[in-house]
Amino acid sequence: MTDAARGSPEAKKRTRSRLWKRVARQPLGIAASFLLLILILMVAIGPELVPHEPSRTNPLNVLQAPSVEHWLGTDELGRDVFSRILSGGRVSMSVGLFSMLVGLTLGVGIGGSAGYFGGRVETVLMRLVDAFMAIPAFFLILVIITSFGNHPVTIVVTVGLGFWAQMARIGHAEFKRFRNHEFVEASQALGGTHLRVMARHILPQVMPQATVLATLGVGWAILTEAALSYLGLGIQPPLASWGAMLQNAQGYLWRQPILAVWPGLAIAVTVLAFNLLGNSLRDVLDPRS
Amino acid sequence: MTVYVARRLLQGVVVLFLVSLLTFFLMHLAPGGPSSLVDFQSTAAERDARLARFGLDRPVHERYLVWLGGAVRGDLGTSINQGLPVSHLLAQRIGPTLVLGVASLALAAVFGVILGVIAALRRDRWPDHVVSTLSTLGMSVPNFWLGIVMIILFAVHLGWLPASGSYTIGGGFDLGDRLRHLILPAGVLAFSLMPNVVRVTRAAILEVMASDYVRTARAKGLIERSVLIKHTMRTALVPVVAMLGLIATVLFSGSVVIESVFGWAGIGRLAIEAANGRDYPVILGVTLLAGALVIVVNIAVDLLYAVVDPRIRHD
Repeated sequence: MTDAARGSPEAKKRTRSRLWKRVARQPLGIAASFLLLILILMVAIGPELVPHEPSRTNPLNVLQAPSVEHWLGTDELGRDVFSRILSGGRVSMSVGLFSMLVGLTLGVGIGGSAGYFGGRVETVLMRLVDAFMAIPAFFLILVIITSFGNHPVTIVVTVGLGFWAQMARIGHAEFKRFRNHEFVEASQALGGTHLRVMARHILPQVMPQATVLATLGVGWAILTEAALSYLGLGIQPPLASWGAMLQNAQGYLWRQPILAVWPGLAIAVTVLAFNLLGNSLRDVLDPRS
Repeated sequence: MTVYVARRLLQGVVVLFLVSLLTFFLMHLAPGGPSSLVDFQSTAAERDARLARFGLDRPVHERYLVWLGGAVRGDLGTSINQGLPVSHLLAQRIGPTLVLGVASLALAAVFGVILGVIAALRRDRWPDHVVSTLSTLGMSVPNFWLGIVMIILFAVHLGWLPASGSYTIGGGFDLGDRLRHLILPAGVLAFSLMPNVVRVTRAAILEVMASDYVRTARAKGLIERSVLIKHTMRTALVPVVAMLGLIATVLFSGSVVIESVFGWAGIGRLAIEAANGRDYPVILGVTLLAGALVIVVNIAVDLLYAVVDPRIRHD
């Protein structure tokens, strides 16, 4: 196919219908997208609709089993678990999304520059990536949280930092692959600045892969934030978060074990939806792998 | 070979040096760094005395050099909260972590390879779908939650296995008792590591099965089992072995959380105690130890690589 033919409306339509055919072959991915949509709607508007305030305590009504009044029961302070799951979901999902954005931006920015410029820039930047990869992600996160505290913004950045080196490796490889392509050289010859060439010409080529990794990355980030909160190092009370709810629940395993089930189920379902969507996106957008 | 190992160890030392530099300066230059620990409710004289005791009255690069000078002689400083040498704490806690790590790595490798082979041999049929569902679950279910659910099931409800710790206190050494304590944490950790092994094994087997020499082996009438064991497995194991290095890194991250769930007195647990108590020297020591373990594992993997694949030589 020549470049002129590729730009024609019919050709575009053909490409699009081929893409839709590939999408239609991913029932799991479609189901996961709908599930995610429902989950996002639930945590976005749910907390406004529930009858119980997520942080209102009731000492006369602690550790209740699920009932009509409290769908998922109450916790050790008599708070409604369903309300807390919804408002905790807001925190967990936002942290997941924003951390992924931090990791993606840093990774593609730094890895991409290394691949695009090559030479000494590449050596220095990629050695930095290697050093980060040598520290198990969780220890790096612990070091940063201990030093800079656990403000929500710090947590978002930190979890993103646990993820950027992996993104940088891929950004590096992809930008390096496209660096010597004709369309890049053409744009450079026309006087395009490095930033313009990278952002307008190479980045769109990398987008399919980046989308897949970003989707899987959100799942990873939600898991990591939950683990941090579970260990008492993440989002702090009175904000509800799924990990912190699990930590509280572990103290009441013998009296009300069901309390430990809900937050974990919420995390698992959400992360599962992101992972299934990510795997399907990989099959649709990146048929090579 | 000896030269190769020596060179890799030397590179490892350089990486460790970089990690220590990164960690030390990150911690000491942060607004909430060690100096802020001694700010509350004390007179100026008390504060100065404490700062001087931990060497915090000196500029940060001098502090680093002092620390580094000690570190090369095996002295990693003193824990702020426990008053014990960091190296002593690390030595105390490394054993349980290694036991848990080796056990879960072995479980993940054995079951991961078996499931990966099954998935590849029954590609696109129900066993493949079951294995792939299990892997996706292993990737998505938070391992600390799985740990709690297992405690509810096997310790609270059934009473078959202990809920926490690595041995019964006051019972003396009893191998059976230790193993019973190990089952749940190692199993849970292995379940979260397994998806990586399964995915790589399945892909490697499928690739090798499609190669010409396997077709030749079949064409000359070999039975399927010997094609699989003699011709396919050995080649397919190479990427799986390569994967183990990466898994070790994930393993250390995972053990931090799992050790806390099961009250396992290892390095990960120490890291959390130190992070909650802002015990900087301990955090630095733990991070370095984790980095060192990752480096050693990676060298071991590369050596193992040459055993599995004779084309690779480390001269």
